[in-house]
Amino acid sequence: MAITERRPPATDARPDELEHALEERWEDAPGIPGFFNSVDHKRVGMRYIYTAFIFFFVAGALALVMRVQLAAPNADVLSPQTYNEFFTVHGTAMIFLFNTPVLAGFGNYLIPLMIGSRDMAFPRLNAFSYWIFVLSGLFFFASFAIGHPPDGGWFAYVPLTSKPYSGDVNIDFWGLAVIFVGISTTVGAVNFIVTIFKLRAPGMTLHRMPIFVWSMLVFAFMVIFAVPAVTVAASLLELDRLFGTSFYDVASGGSALLYQHLFWFWGHPEVYILFIPATGMISTIIPVFSRRRLAGYVWVVTALVAIGFISFGVWVHHMFATGIPPLSLSFFSAVSLIITIPSGVQFFAWIATMWKGVVRFSVPMLFAIGFLLIFLLGGITGVMVSVLPFDWQVTDSYFVVAHFHYVLNGAVVFPIFGALYYWLPKMTGRMLDERLGRISFWTMFVGFNVAFFPMHILGFLGMPRRVYTYDSGVGWSGLNLVISVASFAFGLGTLLTLVNFAMSHRRGAPAPDNPWDADTLEWSTSSPPPEYNFATTPVVSSLHPLWDEHPVPDAASGPDDARDDARRALGVAGALDKEMPVTEGLDALPQDTLGIPAPTYLPFLAALGVTAIFVGLLAEAVVVGVAGAVVGITAVVVWLWRTDEDLR
Amino acid sequence: MTAAVTTTPHGAVPVRTTARTRGYPTAWWGMAVFITTEFMIFLGLLSAYFFVRATSPHWPPGDIRPPELVRSSVFTVVLLSSSIPIFWMEWALPRGHMLQARVGLLLSFLMRAAFLGNTAYDYLHMEEGWRTNAYTSLFFTIVGLHALHLLVGLVMSLTVQTKVWLGKVTPDRHVTPDVFALYWHFVDGVWILVFTSLFVTAHFVT
Amino acid sequence: MTAGTAFLTTVASIVTPKGSEADRIAGAWWLMFGLAAIVYVVVAGLIVYATVRGRRRGARPSGLREDAFIWIGGVAAPVVILFVLAVVTVHTTEALRRPARGALAVDVAGEDWWWAVRYPGTDIVTANEIHLPVDRPVDLRLTSDNVIHSFWVPELAGKQDAIPGQPNHLRFTPEATGTFIGRCAEYCGLQHAHMEIRVIVQTATDFGRWQARQEATRTEPVSDVAAAGAAIFQRQACAGCHTVRGTSATGTVGPDLTDFGGRETIGAGLLENNSRNLADWIRDAPELKPGTAMPSFHDLTDRDVQTIVAYLESLQ
Repeated sequence: MAITERRPPATDARPDELEHALEERWEDAPGIPGFFNSVDHKRVGMRYIYTAFIFFFVAGALALVMRVQLAAPNADVLSPQTYNEFFTVHGTAMIFLFNTPVLAGFGNYLIPLMIGSRDMAFPRLNAFSYWIFVLSGLFFFASFAIGHPPDGGWFAYVPLTSKPYSGDVNIDFWGLAVIFVGISTTVGAVNFIVTIFKLRAPGMTLHRMPIFVWSMLVFAFMVIFAVPAVTVAASLLELDRLFGTSFYDVASGGSALLYQHLFWFWGHPEVYILFIPATGMISTIIPVFSRRRLAGYVWVVTALVAIGFISFGVWVHHMFATGIPPLSLSFFSAVSLIITIPSGVQFFAWIATMWKGVVRFSVPMLFAIGFLLIFLLGGITGVMVSVLPFDWQVTDSYFVVAHFHYVLNGAVVFPIFGALYYWLPKMTGRMLDERLGRISFWTMFVGFNVAFFPMHILGFLGMPRRVYTYDSGVGWSGLNLVISVASFAFGLGTLLTLVNFAMSHRRGAPAPDNPWDADTLEWSTSSPPPEYNFATTPVVSSLHPLWDEHPVPDAASGPDDARDDARRALGVAGALDKEMPVTEGLDALPQDTLGIPAPTYLPFLAALGVTAIFVGLLAEAVVVGVAGAVVGITAVVVWLWRTDEDLR
Repeated sequence: MTAAVTTTPHGAVPVRTTARTRGYPTAWWGMAVFITTEFMIFLGLLSAYFFVRATSPHWPPGDIRPPELVRSSVFTVVLLSSSIPIFWMEWALPRGHMLQARVGLLLSFLMRAAFLGNTAYDYLHMEEGWRTNAYTSLFFTIVGLHALHLLVGLVMSLTVQTKVWLGKVTPDRHVTPDVFALYWHFVDGVWILVFTSLFVTAHFVT
Repeated sequence: MTAGTAFLTTVASIVTPKGSEADRIAGAWWLMFGLAAIVYVVVAGLIVYATVRGRRRGARPSGLREDAFIWIGGVAAPVVILFVLAVVTVHTTEALRRPARGALAVDVAGEDWWWAVRYPGTDIVTANEIHLPVDRPVDLRLTSDNVIHSFWVPELAGKQDAIPGQPNHLRFTPEATGTFIGRCAEYCGLQHAHMEIRVIVQTATDFGRWQARQEATRTEPVSDVAAAGAAIFQRQACAGCHTVRGTSATGTVGPDLTDFGGRETIGAGLLENNSRNLADWIRDAPELKPGTAMPSFHDLTDRDVQTIVAYLESLQ
């Protein structure tokens, strides 16, 4: 039985009747039908997170087997082919099927709650983006089932991945999956942008928007501008492979370097696409556990936007050894140095917040502090590799493997784990165990550092990346052994959180509405929140609603407002009609109303159609592809046929 | 498991001020963001075109002649003009001139279908195969992708026209035609870029 | 910490430079390392302090000026440090990889999975080893006609890719004699891990002697066994893939074997070059280096194999 904060009862309709009516109106069908036809952002968000974590553990397991192979020189735990497949799948799955979707999942779940809305702007599109994600992941891993997983590395450079050097279907799984999952990321970004601009509660101007929401907004804009580049890179690769075109074929006038430019034009912003929401999580957790508002909110927002822009100007720093003229390289080296500054701003804002506050060491905060220490190192090595001549020595070596694991594992995964401990109670209604959480954190933190720090040294000693083995007598063996053992410790640490999560379902203490005494709107709802999020839309007058006004006022809408449907949607009448108030972009004044669609199978069907198209391309089966296109297009037409005139 | 629900809660605040206009529908904004990302795809492809071109000694390479300009220009005009009936539709709908809207939609559809026919003609009569070298691969892929977008637009147009004929569009609520119009104009804008880059500048290679 | 540094400076690494480029980069590295250590200690200290400050008993509210703190720590200090690094970058880079007069030109082509080495202007062709005279600028022209490889000898210079369709140059001056091991540093397929290159830097005199020996034509095998081996070599598939200058073996699929006997390794660093390993390699190269283009020769008798081994080891 959840502990709820009760406001004084109304004198009108009995509250429990109203509750009942709302629940009936909003609840999803139970069981399997509900699983496939739900368009509720909370269900979609949690599914994203659970599915992404399945991919995390699978990709992590692959890495651990790789580390067994590398624990000793000249080992033959894995054949060269298998090792090459494993590192390719590990990297690809971690970036495309874990890091990006899990952050989208948190965004999906939290954004409507944080902005005081009842759902996303396009709930059916939301469900569609999840189905595409999981189907593309299954498509990608199906490559294992037929014994042909991709083996070209996670960035799949041509000509190695061109047909003459990769004749089998392995690389097609990679190229098609990248395009496939990109659909999910893109439509998800469209949803985030429109939701954040148009569905904020009255009074939530852009200056009063939670930092995490800002970070997801920057994330979404970056996705819109960056993902097309990798879609083009992979599409041209697949056109070359499947249809014999000559984009990358040097003999026919094509260019191998073209691929690298297209890929990294997305590839660099992608790492900031991952990093920025992670910093949004940190900017949420640190103030709550320092009992103090975030220092320099305006500077932090500016920094996020600045990183978003600048990150598009540095991609060539992944190509410093390709023979591009030094003058161009120097430009990219300089811009790569400059991007440090907005990160520095965020860093000192976090320190200042803790400094002026009183820190509590709950598990989310441990992960945040661990993140700070890890990101400090990862950021410093990032500055080092921006220095062009130094990069000439360490690029494509274990030094850079260390660097990117410090930033993509440490500086993204640690915030994600902190976010789990912070928000899972809200999502599931159960607290996680603090003690087990602490053990998990320390195991992860120590394991992580002992595993990845020595890789810097290995790079210095000349160990290149992506080698399935190495010789004895070159001074690499001891370090590799230490790394391998420690990586198992890190993996164990992550498993402890999984165990914690599983245990919390049965044994976790019921979560109150606001166990952390946090400031943002999601904590004003019950844990878990009702299906409809907010019966009456909150009215926001500060950046920290729950700290500054307790309880947060609701928008009153009396009977007069029945004529003004924008204001009617604010109140219970709007909730009963499954309406959401639409507010003006900058000032969040109510201006319109938006209906929320009833549950429907169409997003799932459309996703199946799209899947069939990709399967048809992979298997070169025209019938399957065409059938998929027909199903997909029909589903989309039916879906869009029912616009908000006849939605509910 | 739910918070208490009230109709006149304690601590309620009346929200008196509303925005002056309804603004564009959320679906319209969604389409706006979507066409931005689609535009970036074309930008990526055109960048690839200019990158390969910059590293090629001759352009077009081999014996290939630069693209034919006269017929393409005529049909370019047809395509760009097909936006005019759509502007007309956008003007007519809020004012309740449903017949004019229908005519505008049909006219625009026919003009674009003609353009698509011309593109199909080019594909069926190309001198070299589209896969021969990097130039043909780029040229026909870019033009082809635009044609695909145009085809999708024709399907959308049919859907919108059906909706209008069935009376599902009113002077107050015309979200679908508005969103469609935005996409339609986008396809035009892309063609301006593609035509200039692939057709026109190929005749001015230094 | 000092033990670590000692370890680093005794084993071959990028901070034991033996070439002009590696030397400059190592210098830049130590400067960066110093700055990094200071930054890490200071900022980590601030983190720790900020964390515990409010928890102390009797802690008073902090008078920290947030905006100033953020601006100084997050903008001003980084700008200064980054400016220093930018100067270091420009200063280090502009001295590197420039054409030099009198440079020795060497063509290096990345193959799957070995390195073809040729000295333009001479007949000298070898594989997996580059001989260079000390203190003379060298201009390596890096090419590939297959996939992208990357040439990296950490003790001499940073890396440079060998990209199909785009010859690249790596220019530096070796500054000490010795043998320096490098590895391919761009994932190039199955045996990317076994694609070593050895750079053998010699005194000018020794290099001159090596060159002269390479250019001298040798047509007479040095012993009867070697002669027998040469005969088998020509008769079997060997001559179809390998070249031995001065004989009728002119194949170009695999490495040139003219000076094979003097090389340190077989299979681009896979095995030490001795009779036993060579015999194993000839009998079944795919077993030892899966994916290699060299086929196995199970049909050869042991005697034939030993004879070929004797022949190859005599090629100096």
